[in-house]
Amino acid sequence: MNRYIFKILRFNPEKDKKARFAEYQVPLREGSTVLDGLFYIHKQVDPSLSFRFSCRGSVCGSCAMNINDSHRLACETQVKNLGSSIKIMPLRHLPVIKDLVVDMERFWQSYESIKPYLVSNSVNDKENIVSPAERKRLDGLIECILCGLCFGSCPVTALNENYLGPHALLKHTRFTEDLRDEYKGRLKTGVKKEGVWGCRNVFNCQEVCPKNLSPARAIIKTKLKVTRKKF
Amino acid sequence: MENEKLLPQVIIIGGGLTGLRAALEAAKSGVKAFVFSKVHPLRSHSVAAQGGVNVALGNNAEGREDSWELHTRDTIKGGDFLNDQDATALMCKEGIERIIEIEHWGCPFSRTEEGRIAQRPFGGGTFPRTAYAADRTGHALLNTLYEQCIRLKSEGLITFHDEWHVVSVIASDAICYGVIAYNLKTREVRAVISNAVIIATGGAGRIYRNSTNALINTGMGMSLGYLAGAPLKDMEFIQFHPTTLYGSNILISEGSRGEGGFLINKYGKRYLAEYPDSAKAMEMAPRDIIARNTVREIQKGNGFDNSYVLLDLRHLGGEKIEERLPGIRELSIKFAGIDPIENPIPVQPGQHYTMGGIDVNINTETNIKGLYAAGEAACVSVHGANRLGGNSLLETIVFGAIAGRNASEYAKGDYHLNESIVKEHEEKETERLSKILSSNGEKTQWDIWNALQATVMEKVGIFREKNKLKEALENIRGLINTYKDIGLTDKGRSMNMELYWAVELHGSLLISEALVMGALSREESRGSHFREDFPQRDDENFLKHTIVSYNNGSPALGYKDVDTSIMKPEERKY
Ligand SMILES: Cc1cc2nc3c(=O)[nH]c(=O)nc-3n(C[C@H](O)[C@H](O)[C@H](O)COP(=O)(O)OP(=O)(O)OC[C@H]3O[C@@H](n4cnc5c(N)ncnc54)[C@H](O)[C@@H]3O)c2cc1C
Ligand code: FES
Repeated sequence: MNRYIFKILRFNPEKDKKARFAEYQVPLREGSTVLDGLFYIHKQVDPSLSFRFSCRGSVCGSCAMNINDSHRLACETQVKNLGSSIKIMPLRHLPVIKDLVVDMERFWQSYESIKPYLVSNSVNDKENIVSPAERKRLDGLIECILCGLCFGSCPVTALNENYLGPHALLKHTRFTEDLRDEYKGRLKTGVKKEGVWGCRNVFNCQEVCPKNLSPARAIIKTKLKVTRKKF
Repeated sequence: MENEKLLPQVIIIGGGLTGLRAALEAAKSGVKAFVFSKVHPLRSHSVAAQGGVNVALGNNAEGREDSWELHTRDTIKGGDFLNDQDATALMCKEGIERIIEIEHWGCPFSRTEEGRIAQRPFGGGTFPRTAYAADRTGHALLNTLYEQCIRLKSEGLITFHDEWHVVSVIASDAICYGVIAYNLKTREVRAVISNAVIIATGGAGRIYRNSTNALINTGMGMSLGYLAGAPLKDMEFIQFHPTTLYGSNILISEGSRGEGGFLINKYGKRYLAEYPDSAKAMEMAPRDIIARNTVREIQKGNGFDNSYVLLDLRHLGGEKIEERLPGIRELSIKFAGIDPIENPIPVQPGQHYTMGGIDVNINTETNIKGLYAAGEAACVSVHGANRLGGNSLLETIVFGAIAGRNASEYAKGDYHLNESIVKEHEEKETERLSKILSSNGEKTQWDIWNALQATVMEKVGIFREKNKLKEALENIRGLINTYKDIGLTDKGRSMNMELYWAVELHGSLLISEALVMGALSREESRGSHFREDFPQRDDENFLKHTIVSYNNGSPALGYKDVDTSIMKPEERKY
C-alpha cells in the first residue's frame, strides 16, 4: 500500500457558494488508478463525493477530468506516475453540476449540430463495397470516445461559446471522409466561422486525446479541402 | 405524473445496442421512443465489446459455404443444447439483414480485399464468420446506432432521458402501465406512462467480485421485470473468461494465447500440462476448461497472492507483441503498470457474460402485457448454457429490433391508463426512495456489496457444489435482511451516488438469490454451469429452463421446456 493525498475541488450547488479544495488521505496498492482513489474516498471517507464512471477501461469516455493540471481519464491514469499529492478538478469550460460532474449539454449540442449521421440512399440487400484503402481514410477519425478531454483543454472553446469544439469537428471530418455519405449539406455543417475556421491550431486536443487522435489535423484537412475547392 | 398526450409511445430502459436498436425500430413504425438510461447511451457497456459479431455472410475466403443454418447449429452445440432452437435460428437468419442495414447506416467495419465486410474465426464456429471493426466492434456499432438515433431525434421521434435511473416498472394484474424513474441530477421522481415498455438494461456481471463488465452492470435492470412479476430464466448460467487483468479484470483477449502466450504458475511452470483435459491443447483448450484449471491451480496454492497466475508473452519478442498485440500491451501498461515485453501479465479468470435474464418468448414478450425485454438483460434463449463469443452483439440488434417492432404494434392498440394504479405506484416508489435516503442504520452498503460479491464469486463461481451453494443462498438471504439496516450519509439531491448504489444493490441482491436457487437445483453440469458433485450433463432431468418468479415477496422455482425442433441433443465435443 502506498499513501497519496488527493486534493479535490468540490462543489455542492445546494450548499456552496464557491468551489473549495478538500484533502483526503488515500491508501492504494500498486497498479491503482485515479478512479480507484475516487472510489476509495466515496466508499470509505465521504460518500457525498460525486464523479462519473462506467467502463473503468478507457473506452466509454465517462471519467474525463483535470488531474495535476492536465486533462486525463481518471480510469486510465496510474497514481504512481503522479507523485504523492494529486490535484483533481472537473473538466474545464463546462458548468459544474456537482464536484467532478460537469454539464455536457453544450458538448452534445455541438456534436448534434454537425448532423453526425451517415445519409445514404443505398437500397441494395448487400453491403456497400468499400476497399480497404477507402476504409483506411476513416482511421484516426472513428475511434473517438467523446470523453470531452479535447473540449476541456481547447482555449477556443473557452473564449468562444459558439465554437463547435474539436470533438464535433473531428466527427465532421469522419463524415466528409466517408465515401458512402450522400448528405448534400455535409461540408457546411462544419465549415463556418464557429466551425473549422474557429480553430487556432493550438493542438492541445491532440496532446490530451486518450486515443491518440488529432482533431486539429482533421480540421486542417477539411480547411485544405474547401480552400482547394474555392480556387 | 406525466401523461404525454401524443400517443402511441414506447418507453425503452437502456441506451446500449439493444435499447438504441429498439428505439430506431419504434421510430420507424411511427411510434415515439423515450429512451431512459442511467448513463449517456454512448457510455453503455456495449461500447466495450471488442472481437466482433457473428453473422453468416460468407465473405471470408474460407467461409464461402457458410449459411445461417450452420450458424444456428454451431450456436446450439455451443450452448450445450439448452438454447431454444427456433429463436436461435431466427437470430442467425435475421442477423444477416441487421448487419447489412447497420453497414448502410455507416458502421465502419473492417474490409476484405474485395471491399466486403471482413470476417474472422472465433471459438465454436465452423467457418470464420465474426464480422469486426478492428478490435473496437462494440464502439463502432454503438456509435452508428446512436448517430442514426440523433437523426430521428431531430425529427422528434426519439427523445433521450440520460442520467435517469429507472427504479420500477408499473404493472398490475399482468398489464404494464409505464415506469417510475428519477433524475440523477436533481432527484426529481416521475411516473412515465406508456402501454409498452422494453427492458434493455444489459448484464449482471458486477454481482461478481471479478468481472470484465462495466461498473454499472449490476443486473438491477433485470430486477425491474422480476419485481413486476416477469420471471427470470436460466440465471445460473454465467460465462467466465480465463484471462482478465488481475486487479481490474479488464479483458485480455484470447488473441494473446492464440499468438503463443503461456500461462505459468508461481514456479514458472505451464500448469495446464498437469490437467488431463488441457494437457494436449494447453493454452488453446476451450475457455471453460482453462478457466477451471486455472482456478484449481490457484486453489492449490500455486498462484500468486492466492489470486492470480501469469500470462507470459516475453518469448514472443517485442516486435511481434507490438505488431500483433498492441491493444493488450496498451491495456497492461495502462491498467497494471506492466509492459508485457519485459514482464509477464498477471491474470485471473473473471465473470464475463450473463446467459440468463428476464424470461421472454421469441417475440421478446414477457408474461406481462406490454412489457418486453431484449439483449443481455433478457433470456430468449439463444445462448443456452454457454454463449459463443460474437453472438451477443448479434442478439442485441436482432432482438432489439424485434422488441421495438412488437412493442410499437402493441402501443398502437387500445390505450389503457389506470390512474389509480399509477398514482399508487408513484407514491410507493417515492416513499421507498425517501426511506433509503433517510435511512440511518448501522450497516454501510459497501459491506453488503463486498459480502455479496465475495459470496457469489467464491461459492457460485466456476466450480459449484451443493454445500457451498446452500451457504451462498443463506448468506444472500442474510444480506437481503441486512439491507434493511443500512444507513446513508449523503442526503444531497444532485448526483447522489450513494443513493444510486443503494438502489442498485437491492436489485442485485434479489437477482443473485434467483441465480443461486437455479444453481442449487440444477444437479448436473452443462455449459458454463459446473457442479463438482454432478459432473455430467443430465438431459433426462435437466434439459429444461430454470424459471424463478417473484410472488408476494418471495421467490419460487420452476421449469420450462426447451425448443428442440431443429436438432437432437448430442454430446458436446470439439
Ligand atoms: C469486455 C467485453 C467484451 C465483449 N466483447 C464482445 C464481442 O466481441 N462480441 C459479442 O458478441 N459480445 C461481446 N461482449 C458482450 C456484449 O458486449 C454485451 O452482451 C452487449 O453489448 C449487451 O448490450 P445491451 O444493449 O443488452 O446492454 P448494455 O450495453 O449493457 O446497455 C445497458 C443499458 O441499460 C441502461 N440501464 C441499466 N439499468 C438501468 C436503470 N435501472 N435505469 C436506467 N437505465 C439503465 C444502461 O445505462 C445502459 O444504457 C463483450 C462483453 C464484455 C464485457
Ligand atoms: S470509466 Fe470509461 S473511460 Fe473512464
